[in-house]
Amino acid sequence: MTKIGNFELDAHLTTPTPLTGAEIVWATLVCEGVTDVFGYPGGAILPVYDALRKFPIHHTLVRHEQGAAHMADGYARASGKVGVAIATSGPGATNLVTGIATAMLDSIPVVCITGNVSSKVLGTDAFQEVDITGITLPVTKHNVLVTRAEDIAPAIRHAFQIAQSGRPGPVLVDITKDAQQATAIFDFAAAKPKPYRPHPMLRVEDAALEEAAELIRHAKRPVIFAGHGVSESGAMEQVRTLAERTQTPVALTLLGLGALPGSHPLNLGMMGMHGESWVNDAIQEADLLIACGMRFDDRVTGKLTDYAQKAKKIHIEIDPSEINKNVKADVALVGDLRAVLEELLPRVSGRDGTAWLKTIDASKGESAVRDIKNLPDSGHLYAAHVVHDLWRLTGGEAVVVTDVGQHQMWEAQYFHHEKPRTLITSGGLGTMGFALPAAIGAKFACPEKEVWVVAGDGGFQMTAAELSTIVQEGIKINIAIINNGYLGMVRQWQEFFYDRNYESTPLVSPDFVKLADAHGIAGRAVRTRAEVESAVEEARAAKGAFLLNFMVEKEDSVYPMIPAGSALHEMIRRPGKNPLVERPDDV
Amino acid sequence: MMHTFVAYVEDLPGVLTRVASLFRRLNINIHSVTVGRSERPGLSRLTLVCEASAEAGHRIRASLYKLENVVEVDDIAQSPSVTRELALIKVGATKETRSAIFELVEVFRARIVDLTADSLMVEMTGVESKIEGLIEVLKQSDSPILEICRSGKMTMRRGRHTSGVLRAMGAGEDDKLDSEEEIAQGPHTDAAVETE
Repeated sequence: MTKIGNFELDAHLTTPTPLTGAEIVWATLVCEGVTDVFGYPGGAILPVYDALRKFPIHHTLVRHEQGAAHMADGYARASGKVGVAIATSGPGATNLVTGIATAMLDSIPVVCITGNVSSKVLGTDAFQEVDITGITLPVTKHNVLVTRAEDIAPAIRHAFQIAQSGRPGPVLVDITKDAQQATAIFDFAAAKPKPYRPHPMLRVEDAALEEAAELIRHAKRPVIFAGHGVSESGAMEQVRTLAERTQTPVALTLLGLGALPGSHPLNLGMMGMHGESWVNDAIQEADLLIACGMRFDDRVTGKLTDYAQKAKKIHIEIDPSEINKNVKADVALVGDLRAVLEELLPRVSGRDGTAWLKTIDASKGESAVRDIKNLPDSGHLYAAHVVHDLWRLTGGEAVVVTDVGQHQMWEAQYFHHEKPRTLITSGGLGTMGFALPAAIGAKFACPEKEVWVVAGDGGFQMTAAELSTIVQEGIKINIAIINNGYLGMVRQWQEFFYDRNYESTPLVSPDFVKLADAHGIAGRAVRTRAEVESAVEEARAAKGAFLLNFMVEKEDSVYPMIPAGSALHEMIRRPGKNPLVERPDDV
Repeated sequence: MMHTFVAYVEDLPGVLTRVASLFRRLNINIHSVTVGRSERPGLSRLTLVCEASAEAGHRIRASLYKLENVVEVDDIAQSPSVTRELALIKVGATKETRSAIFELVEVFRARIVDLTADSLMVEMTGVESKIEGLIEVLKQSDSPILEICRSGKMTMRRGRHTSGVLRAMGAGEDDKLDSEEEIAQGPHTDAAVETE
């Protein structure tokens, strides 16, 4: 490590030095390679903030601690590094919880540092005291309460190790105020955690590899699944090689999008609840599924008892607790995806997949014709148009950070991601309000990349206060609000499953362009398809952040859709001739 | 089916909460849990009994291992093992009714560990069914049961061939060994324990 700011930290890396606990927090972060953190100060974390000026770390002041957790999350998703969020005790800490749970459900490496009241008053309901390690226990990979300055460096180093290893996840380090104020010897090397112990139930046996290769050799209708684990493990090349060598089509989960280039001829696109019919039909017809780094989430499988009944399943996964959880694996290869595929690939030889690929291709025909993006411009503006044009105009290269709901699914359908880490979205927890703060984090991770927020009018308002953060930090982010005046996805469920009783889904919003203007952010409303291109280009060309308020068709729905609890083939197709609507039996 | 997990966990504040929280999340009721020091410094040994489907065992064990403070987990399942429970039972008994209790205690090979003018305390160690048996006959006696304190199950595999020992000897990984052991030693029932 080189000279670090005006603080002579390089000496401290080799020479143990007395520092305050607060200084140790920063010194440890610097040594872990952290350059950006996101946070909000308060009484119980003030010693840490007081020490910040001595260290070369950029702190982004958020407007709500949930934003800090999402920014750290977005930073981690965009960069593959650990994101760091900081908050004070009590409400500061509890405000992080939604963001921590978001990172947990999507296996994102985030370290949250919270201040707590002095150890002498822990457990007494002191001012702004909350049991944050207790509260976050089920939504962190691990958490720890630190009450002594000498324990801070080991705790933070351990947190970084846990957050990044195996299946990644968030870790919270709660540090009492007296620990921040006390002095201890900072010795980064000595604070090194014990060597990482892989999960003892990881298992990749030769016999299982052989069996997997045998299944692949004899499969007539195989499908590869690419999940979030592909990018987490860095196995893009291996998955692609497996697909190309065996001429096997690849279906992706929402978080897997980008694992195989969207333009790749073997890429089928997203599977599951809002996957295209040919993807889900292929899965139902398949005789072999090769699941790579995914967990058979209910949004992917639909009704389990009717799921891919004809297929044998090879499940390659790093978390042993995911094996046989939802879908029974015929062959389980429990380990790091990339390492497993590297062992599997030499056993797999080329095969002819033409017949099966032709069958899938033939089933695309009709659905593609009814696809909104292929219909002539009716003068109406559809969200699909916006996303499709955004994809076209950015060459599919932009980092898109979505919120949760209809626009998220349209993004997944119409924006064809070429590279991993270019779609940042809350998949598991489905956290509305995620997009804007996560995009800020992503921009800090990749300042050179074009970052777009795609959010609905509902979710955007949940964290819209972070517009100020954008201005204060002077960063360039483009914001596309898909504004339909409804909580769109909920409205869609009400339309399909609750007799169009639009209870509490019509939504009054501020004029988002004026709202942006009040923050010092330029913007423009877009009402027709003809305007989309010039608006997107204006936003891209603008020097600062830019907000586009797309006034889209109000009661448009995401098609196709598999009602929750229905089988993959029981999908609601795009309206047209003979729309097929199955009866839902789930909420 | 009934699962018995034996886990070595770090002896730190909050570790029991983490273990218990995992079962709470899965909506599994813990029948009993006993925790105490083990032969390894800094590690507590925990025996946890719960009712869950046969397939759940693998996932529970895998999830327990995901807890940072859990060092080792063994799913005893049907493997040959010794299971014991300790019970302290306080009975209201006077000079006149005492002798009947003494007889029962003798038959069950329990012990009297406290005696006052109007009460006595019985200490009993054994398998669950034996303790249940003593409680049942005490209920049918003329002396009222005042208090019962039961430890919950403690379990240890039979023989030297515990998964932990074998792994320490570098023999390989435990999942595989579990099944090998079961094949070699056959299934185990509580009745087998009863006879020793």
